[in-house]
Amino acid sequence: MSITDADVRKIALLARLAMSETETEIARAQLAGIFDLIAEMQAVDTQGIAPMSHAQDVSQRLREDVITETDQRALFQSIAPQVEAGLYLVPQVIE
Amino acid sequence: MLNSSLQQLGSALRARKISSVELTQLFLDRIAALNPALNAYITTNAETSMAQARIADGRISKGEASPLTGIPVAQKDIFCAKGWRTTCGSKMLANFVAPYDAHVIGLFNSAGAVNLGKTNMDEFAMGSSNETSYFGAVKNPWNQKAVPGGSSGGSACAVAARLCAAATGTDTGGSIRQPAALCGISGLKPTYGVVSRYGMIAFASSLDQAGPMARSAEDLALLLNVMAGFDERDSTSLQRDKEDYARDLSKPLNGLRIGLPKEFFAEGLGSDVALAVNAAIAEYKKLGASVVEISLPNSKLSVPVYYVLAPAEASSNLSRFDGVRYGYRAPEYGDLADMYEKSRAQGFGAEVKRRIMIGTYVLSHGYYDAYYLQAQKIRRLIAQDFTDAFKQCDVIMGPTSPSTAFNLGEKGDDPVQMYLSDIYTIAVNLAGLPGMSIPCGFGANQMPVGLQIIGNYFDEARMLNIAHQYQLATDWHSRAPQGL
Repeated sequence: MSITDADVRKIALLARLAMSETETEIARAQLAGIFDLIAEMQAVDTQGIAPMSHAQDVSQRLREDVITETDQRALFQSIAPQVEAGLYLVPQVIE
Repeated sequence: MLNSSLQQLGSALRARKISSVELTQLFLDRIAALNPALNAYITTNAETSMAQARIADGRISKGEASPLTGIPVAQKDIFCAKGWRTTCGSKMLANFVAPYDAHVIGLFNSAGAVNLGKTNMDEFAMGSSNETSYFGAVKNPWNQKAVPGGSSGGSACAVAARLCAAATGTDTGGSIRQPAALCGISGLKPTYGVVSRYGMIAFASSLDQAGPMARSAEDLALLLNVMAGFDERDSTSLQRDKEDYARDLSKPLNGLRIGLPKEFFAEGLGSDVALAVNAAIAEYKKLGASVVEISLPNSKLSVPVYYVLAPAEASSNLSRFDGVRYGYRAPEYGDLADMYEKSRAQGFGAEVKRRIMIGTYVLSHGYYDAYYLQAQKIRRLIAQDFTDAFKQCDVIMGPTSPSTAFNLGEKGDDPVQMYLSDIYTIAVNLAGLPGMSIPCGFGANQMPVGLQIIGNYFDEARMLNIAHQYQLATDWHSRAPQGL
C-alpha cells in the first residue's frame, strides 16, 4: 500500500513523537515495506472467525473492594523528572 | 565451578565446599574481565550482590537453603528490581531506579538466589539481534562479530560465556528461544499466564511471557520451579496448582510422537540448520520416538499478524512514557504537547518509534477492522492449527531460527528482513503455547543451531523431560565457546 509523508506526520502526531523532515522520509519508506508485509493478511478469508484477543479463555477476576496499597508517594515522586510540594510539574496548560 | 549445573552448585553450597560469597565473587570477576568486550550486562552492583550472597550463606549455614539459595542469577533488564537501575535497554529509562520488585525478582529473592546484575537487551524487547539497545549491541561469545540474537541477547550471552550460573529472559515473539539458539544455550518460554508479568516492563501484554535461560533442561526445570505460580497482581496470571517441573525429567521417551510441521522445513530454512535439526530428530528416533508430518497451514501468516498485534499493544503500553512521572524528559520544550513529543522522540530509539508508529496506525480510525481485527481473527486460525496438530502428536519440533547467528550490522537497515528471523517462533506466542530451544549442533560457520520444541498448553514438564533425555544422550549443550 502507498503511504504518504502526510500520513506519517499524522501518525507521529497521534503517537506524540516529534519528527524532522528527514526522519519522516525514512519512516515513510520503512513503514511502506512493513505494510507490504502486513498486506499478506488481506487475502485471508476470515468470515465467521471470532477475533482472538487473548491466549487463554479466562475472565477477569474480581476482588474485595478494599485498600491494598500503602502510600508510597514520596518514593514514587523521588524518581520523577520534576516535582514540587508533592505535585508533578508540567508546563502550564490553563492561563 | 563455571561449568557446574545448578544442582551441582546447590549441592556444593549446601556441603560448604564453596560459599555463595566465593561463587558470586568468581562470577563478578569474570564479568569485570569479559563484559567490556561482550557487553552482556548493562548494570552490575557488586555491593548489593555480595550482600545477598552473605545472607544466602547465612541461610545455608542454618540449614534453610532451597535449591537456588546462594546461586548467582542474571536478570534481564526488563524486570524491575528494587534499588536497581532498570533500563529496559532504553535511553527513556537510563536513569530509572525501580521503586519495587517484579514478581519474578521477588520469587528469586525469596528463594535466596543472588541477583548478579541486569542483562542487556533490545530496547523495550523490540529486536532480534540486540542491536537496538541504547547501551550498545551484545556480542555473540562464539564469534564476537556476530549477534547474540534478541531480545534477551544479554542473558543468552551471559549464560553461554559463563558470566552467570543461569539467567531470566522474556519472550514476546521468540526473545528467549532465538537468542538461546544463536548462543548455544537452553531457553524456555512457558505457557502464557504461567509466570507473572507484574513488574516486567510491558511490550505486548497478550504475548509477553517470562522464562528461564540456562545451560541445560535440568537447570531450566529448577528455575521454572521458582518463577512459575499465580500472582493476583497480574490479571492474566493463571490460578493453577503448583507443580514440580523436574518431576518427569528421567522418564524414557518410548512412544513419544513428534510432529514435524512441513512449513518449518520448507524454503527459507538454511541447509546447515536443517542438517543439524534432522540429526537431532534422528537421535530422538533412537531414543524411542516416532515422527509424523504435520501441517500448520496458517503459520506463514504469523509474521504479518504479529507485526500488527504486537505494535498495536506496544503503542498503547508505551504511551505511559511521557516525561511526567518517571523516565526521560527533554531538556528544552515549549508547551505540554511539545514536552511529550520531544521527550518521546529523544527518549525512544528508532525501532521503538517505528513500532509505536505501526501500532498507532493500525489502531487509528478507519484501519482498525482491516488490520487489528483481521489480525486477531487470523491469530485464532494460527492457534487452531496447533490444536489440530496436537491431535496427531505429543510435541512439535523444528528449527528455532532459519539461520545461525548473522553478523552485527548485517540486517540493520531492513526491518522486514530482521522481522523474518522470528518466523518459526512467533506463532507459538500468538497461540500462547510453551516453546523451548535447545542446542543441537553447529552450522556451516561453526555457530550454534537450536532445536525448537513446542508443547501443548501446560506441558512444560513433558518438554523438559524430552529435552533432558536428548541432553543425556548428546553433549551439544555442554559445549562452551573457546578463548573466554
